[in-house]
Amino acid sequence: MEVLAYLVPLALALGIIGLLGFLWSLRSGQYDDLDGAGWRAIADDDPPSPPA
Amino acid sequence: MAVTRDFSHYVKDLGSGLAHLDLAVEGVSCAGCMMKIERGLSAIPNVTLARVNLTDRRLAVEWKKGTIDPAQFVDRLAALGYKAYPFEPIRAEVVEVEQSRFLLRCLGVAAFATMNVMMLSVPVWSGNVTDMIPEQRDFFHWLSALIALPAAAYAGQPFFRSAFGALRARSVNMDVPISIGVVLALGMSIVETIHHAEHAYFDAAIMLLTFLLVGRYLDQNMRRRTRAVAGNLAALKAETATKFISSTEISEVPVAAIVPGDIVLLRPGERCAIDGKVIDGRSEIDQSLITGETRHVAAEAGTAVYAGTMNISGTLRVRVGAAAEGTLLAEISRLLENALQARSRYVQLADRASRLYAPVVHATALLTMLGWVALGANWHDAIVIAIAVLIITCPCALGLAIPTVQTIVAGTLFRAGVLLNSGDAVERVADVDTVVFDKTGTLTLPELDVVNTAAIPADVLQLAGRLALASHHPVAAAVARASKAMSPLEGIVEEPGQGVRGLVDGVELRLGRPSFCNADRMANEILSTDPEISVVAFSRGPERYVFAVRQQLRPDAAATIRGLIERGIMVEILSGDRELAVRHAATALGVVGWRAGLAPADKISHIEDLKRRGRTVMMVGDGLNDAPALAAASASMSPVSATHLSQAAADMIFLGRDLAPVLSAIVFSRKALQLMRENLALAIGYNVLAVPIAIAGYATPLVAAAAMSGSSILVMLNSLRARRVAPEVT
Repeated sequence: MEVLAYLVPLALALGIIGLLGFLWSLRSGQYDDLDGAGWRAIADDDPPSPPA
Repeated sequence: MAVTRDFSHYVKDLGSGLAHLDLAVEGVSCAGCMMKIERGLSAIPNVTLARVNLTDRRLAVEWKKGTIDPAQFVDRLAALGYKAYPFEPIRAEVVEVEQSRFLLRCLGVAAFATMNVMMLSVPVWSGNVTDMIPEQRDFFHWLSALIALPAAAYAGQPFFRSAFGALRARSVNMDVPISIGVVLALGMSIVETIHHAEHAYFDAAIMLLTFLLVGRYLDQNMRRRTRAVAGNLAALKAETATKFISSTEISEVPVAAIVPGDIVLLRPGERCAIDGKVIDGRSEIDQSLITGETRHVAAEAGTAVYAGTMNISGTLRVRVGAAAEGTLLAEISRLLENALQARSRYVQLADRASRLYAPVVHATALLTMLGWVALGANWHDAIVIAIAVLIITCPCALGLAIPTVQTIVAGTLFRAGVLLNSGDAVERVADVDTVVFDKTGTLTLPELDVVNTAAIPADVLQLAGRLALASHHPVAAAVARASKAMSPLEGIVEEPGQGVRGLVDGVELRLGRPSFCNADRMANEILSTDPEISVVAFSRGPERYVFAVRQQLRPDAAATIRGLIERGIMVEILSGDRELAVRHAATALGVVGWRAGLAPADKISHIEDLKRRGRTVMMVGDGLNDAPALAAASASMSPVSATHLSQAAADMIFLGRDLAPVLSAIVFSRKALQLMRENLALAIGYNVLAVPIAIAGYATPLVAAAAMSGSSILVMLNSLRARRVAPEVT
């Protein structure tokens, strides 16, 4: 049962990292445009260049 | 006089030398548009950011301050094929966005806490039957408390605040039993953990919050999206006015930047965006959006003009007045205020359910406790069992039953061209058994149409249309629209108050008053057949043609009204227009009950009368004169072309040229209400099954968790049926 000594803190730490990650993504506006985000992922990401 | 566009009102200074502008963009519908716009704008030098929000159909642009005129973005977007309008978020929307983010944050915290507490609970549940020693169980309970208590304190805020508010107002809402249940469950679990007891309910309490927050977030998100669309519509209406910035120079500025005392120019064919008094010029004004009257009113120096009226023939200078200066407007505002106060506050289904639910649940818990004591159990056990009853009955599925249906129905309605203005609109529209229509702009289309295109040769129509493009007169605009002409003729002269004329291939073309084109006899023939028709004459050399122009009924108005009547709904027309015109429309649509020449107060009193006779009335109207009636009715709808005041008073707004959204709104709402009732019944049925188990003392944390998630999932699945609404309404 000594394994609990590091497994429990590890589990808690992972949970907290996940939560912080979520709060960060929320704050950086990643949930503001759910429709557009899906399309951005599959768009060609060549650098914006002035049209000829 | 060259017109400059002034967007400075909308430009935000971000500091550090950057400026920011939000634009509402029309016609953005796919990822291709998004990329095209972003690339097109990023290509402009000194632009640091161009980002489209596909959900809200908006565009944010940032650039180095002072290097670019913001009007350039609009021109660039126009070149790419999109119409864009500067945009300023209204306060209500900012609040909704803020609230929606807060709920998502709470949901995140609660969900992560639930996952971690569950990870600790599962070993305890299984350990109880295997080899877990009591010390280990206590340790896991303490760990659960460490996670659940701070998480519940944070994520429970929306419920605790709302429950506290309700209790202070001496009423009960759904959040009262939720808050009591959560607080008692957590409190009892701590006491039990201190006393090394077997069961702790940290997992149930935090899971309950998670499920409820899902419901709250869905509800909030629906309202936020509606606000965003409504905000875009306001921006797309492009409320600008042409303001004199000196005695000779004019500039096009947003209405928000106009103050009383400013002088604005009102050209023929322009819709007035402000209230004020004419100081110079002569014209005719179309007040149909305000009064429902289709006849034009003469305007000269001293005449009051209202926002929403259309200037027809001459150019006017208008001094902007304070908002309620006009007598008509002041009268309507007064009526509107009275109607809003008198509107009996509709009690939402969820609140009605919780008013019944909370006392029953709390009484059951109390009786359970007393019953166990009477049967000889000790107080500690009796209290633990009573609290288990409270946890089991916590209205988890009830909290989801209504928001999930509302969210899905709002989406379905949106696809049918209906926007929700208020959260409880669906429930109220579902109860409607009488629909009262305004005529002008509601049953009829807001703009004029040429009705005798069949009698005119195609090449003549085409030529007249190209000539008409030179004029701003609304009748000319109708001819231009009917001909679908795109390229204006060159060298056209406008004769004020008469029409336009020009030479093409040596032949003189004229479009305007019948007298101007020498076609009085033909015009009178047409005018005598229909009282509502206006005419515009066209001459090519010696040839004469007369176009008959009128406000036409919406293309599907008759079918929609038939559909309403088939569903047992009584239909009436209340109009401010002349009797002759209203009779004509009512006959064409097959409506028996109609009244004409009504003042705003008459409309209200008729609606009150219908209500007294036990009818549940929905008012559909667009004019300023309809706004009080919209507020007085049990439910209300406005077309998107309606005045601001009417749109604000309406529960739903419908888009497009069709009237069918009115029928769809009622059909979908009825379906939604039925699903909400089913969901409530499911949720209550689940409780009826689970409560005896809790009363008997068998509600272990495992049973509580299973009952709660089971009923929530069942309710959500039932709500999804709202997506499959009968496709018969088209």
